Amino acid sequence: MNLRRLPLYATIAIFVAAYLLCWLQFPNILSTRVAGNLLTDNAYLGIAAVGMTIVILSGGIDLSVGSVIAFAGVFIAVMLRDTGLHPLAVFALLLILTTAFGAAQGALIHALAMPAFIVTLAGMFLARGIAYLLTLDSIPIDHPFFESLQKAYWLMPGKGRLTLLGVLMLLSVLGGMLLAHRTRFGTNVFAIGGGEGTARMMGVPIGRTTILIYAFSGFMAGLAGIVFAIYTAAGYPLATVGVELNAIAAVVIGGTLLSGGSGTVLGTLFGVLTMGLIQTYIVFDGTLSSWWTKIVIGLLLFLFIVLQKGLLKVGLSRRTA
Amino acid sequence: MLLEARGLLKRFPGTVALDGVGFGLAAGEVHALLGENGAGKSTLIKCLTGAYRRDGGEILLDGQPVDPRSTFEAQELGIGTVYQEVNLLPNLTVAENLTLGRQPRRLGLTSRRGMRALAREMLAGYGLDIDVERDLGAYSVAVQQIVAIARAVHLSGKVLILDEPTASLDAREVAMLFEVVRRLRDRGLGIVFVSHFLDQVFAISDRITVLRNGRHIATTEAATLDRVRLINLMLGRELEQATTHGRTAHDAGAEVLRAEGLGKRGRIAPFDLSVRAGEVIGMAGLLGSGRTETAEVLFGAAAADSGTVRDAKGPLDVSTPARAIASGFGFAPEDRKTDGIIGDLSVRENIALALQAHRGWARPIPRAEQRRLAEDFIRRLDIRTPGPEKPVGQLSGGNQQKVILARWLAMNPRFLILDEPTRGIDVGAHAEVLRLIEEMVAGGMSLLVISSELEELVAVSDRVIVVRDRSHVAELTGQEITTDAIVRAIAAPGANLEAAE
Repeated sequence: MNLRRLPLYATIAIFVAAYLLCWLQFPNILSTRVAGNLLTDNAYLGIAAVGMTIVILSGGIDLSVGSVIAFAGVFIAVMLRDTGLHPLAVFALLLILTTAFGAAQGALIHALAMPAFIVTLAGMFLARGIAYLLTLDSIPIDHPFFESLQKAYWLMPGKGRLTLLGVLMLLSVLGGMLLAHRTRFGTNVFAIGGGEGTARMMGVPIGRTTILIYAFSGFMAGLAGIVFAIYTAAGYPLATVGVELNAIAAVVIGGTLLSGGSGTVLGTLFGVLTMGLIQTYIVFDGTLSSWWTKIVIGLLLFLFIVLQKGLLKVGLSRRTA
Repeated sequence: MLLEARGLLKRFPGTVALDGVGFGLAAGEVHALLGENGAGKSTLIKCLTGAYRRDGGEILLDGQPVDPRSTFEAQELGIGTVYQEVNLLPNLTVAENLTLGRQPRRLGLTSRRGMRALAREMLAGYGLDIDVERDLGAYSVAVQQIVAIARAVHLSGKVLILDEPTASLDAREVAMLFEVVRRLRDRGLGIVFVSHFLDQVFAISDRITVLRNGRHIATTEAATLDRVRLINLMLGRELEQATTHGRTAHDAGAEVLRAEGLGKRGRIAPFDLSVRAGEVIGMAGLLGSGRTETAEVLFGAAAADSGTVRDAKGPLDVSTPARAIASGFGFAPEDRKTDGIIGDLSVRENIALALQAHRGWARPIPRAEQRRLAEDFIRRLDIRTPGPEKPVGQLSGGNQQKVILARWLAMNPRFLILDEPTRGIDVGAHAEVLRLIEEMVAGGMSLLVISSELEELVAVSDRVIVVRDRSHVAELTGQEITTDAIVRAIAAPGANLEAAE
């Protein structure tokens, strides 16, 4: 068996086992209703995490995601309130903005040879600041088109609702999988994550790829912002603080190596779902504090870090054997 | 000539790395490039492959002048390179590594089947039977090297430069690699082979070019060159000018340390070493022969996997540098810029470093004490610095070396290892370092001095140990120590070649 696949299997196994444990205690949890809500409630996080997966596979990090999502919500709300533009036009404008924002971060990272951590940290403050500049309050969105988006769903057997938002996330994951695993760009991302110097020697266009990676993350953050705005029907500059860290956690729990070069987009989906499942369990239980989500996620992160380190050792010893 | 360099010139601040070097490579030959550290081998290769821009001279490929500006451009022109390390990505599959940048696509997506077929086609004729869909990192270094060669040949196809390709291979793997190299030569490629292992050079090369101090020294048919002559070309010695033993004879003291069967697999074969008080042990050998590796296992920089070190009182723990220091060992490494001095810290801080580490960080040395210590050593070793607060990085090479010596002298170790103590320092400082060595020994300290400068070894050593192919092969004492004898000991053909064949 290919050792590289093991973290993905581990992620899926943990998700299935966790679901099974929840089901033993609360049989209702195994229903299309819960499954549908799991997808809807975590749609924005899942979409942002797909972008984050590509970034982390390249050995980078994008801390600006949470701020960009908040900016997106505020931008949409303000544009719909103050201009007569159709929401779709606003969406297009927003996606262009966030993609350009991501591309600019990528360009800086490459041109200045700066750590992604620093550049996107600056981006994080910048995007959050611009969101404050637009408004300090929560602006409700009450556009009829928005309502229809929010209510769009397909009724699954068992009365579960597969919402447009949930579908959008699943499509993002599918798109991310094709991009990462079935394109030259995707292989270049893995190559840079495996070793930038070597990748350069092998002819990988480092600058172009780096810019595209962060542009893609910006695009996905913008898309996550749209989904979040639809989900909450409001724009609020203080929203989604720290979501980038949740996205990073989902990526790592999904079996992607935090130092880059190894991982899958599909694993990230299961990372997001596992985190959502813990939240759902706490809701079902009703007596547990929601801080338990953080504690379990913390433990899972440790588990995966140890698993990755262990695999690395096994891989090395196998080779010399 | 397939590839020809004429009058190549490359300057770095303070040095001329290549001084009008000429080099010619014919199609269908394996041409070895030899020289010690700083001879200009890697600079020459980097100029040929576009990693460096040359400052003068010209490069002709198939008679046409070329000017590669990057390794990628050189590759497009037909010059492929395989380095000792970092060639391919262990986290990608063999097929991905081979096809990176040229993946066959269907409907805009890369085609697994197409990549597999292309990878198999590229590997055909190399005698490898591997699963191209597995991660490259799952295979041995030898297989990785051959995959790297297959990629380079496929992309370039005219000239193949192998830079130390065998450094981390065992004898069987070397034989496997050479089989591939011979096949490529017979297909008409021009192959440049760089290696420290003379046995391998003689086994595979048609012609040999020797560089020294950035100059072209000789190019000869490998068959007509004998080992002693080659080493003389590399080290720049003539047998006639053999130096005699210059060290004033003195009584070696009692044995203070003894290493038995100390070694590390793949680095240095197990060796015994007995160290007497007030003795200088010289260590001679070519680059990569196991000199530095010996020092590293003695000092715990690379923990030994066999053997023991003991003194009169019992076994000593030298498994890490900190423990070795606690046992009274010191080590001034070869590359003082990266392993020795800390350039941004002052002379005072650099000198106090090891002593402070030895005392433990909980007991800081008072600043006044540090200053007194630094001033004392600046005077004793004649370190040319405006004052003890000057950052070491701003001093000359010779003075940096003296600061490192001062650091260890402050510790007063019983056994100090100096790896290339006189490399890159001027003639005046050179003599002073040798004088310091004499002084230290007079004070009862024992030294192990590793050097490529044979005259230097002859001048200072009580005994000279010769290393070749990662094992200790000879020991010369007293009047036996001459440059001539050392060269002969280095040159004696090893048993490794027979094992490889």
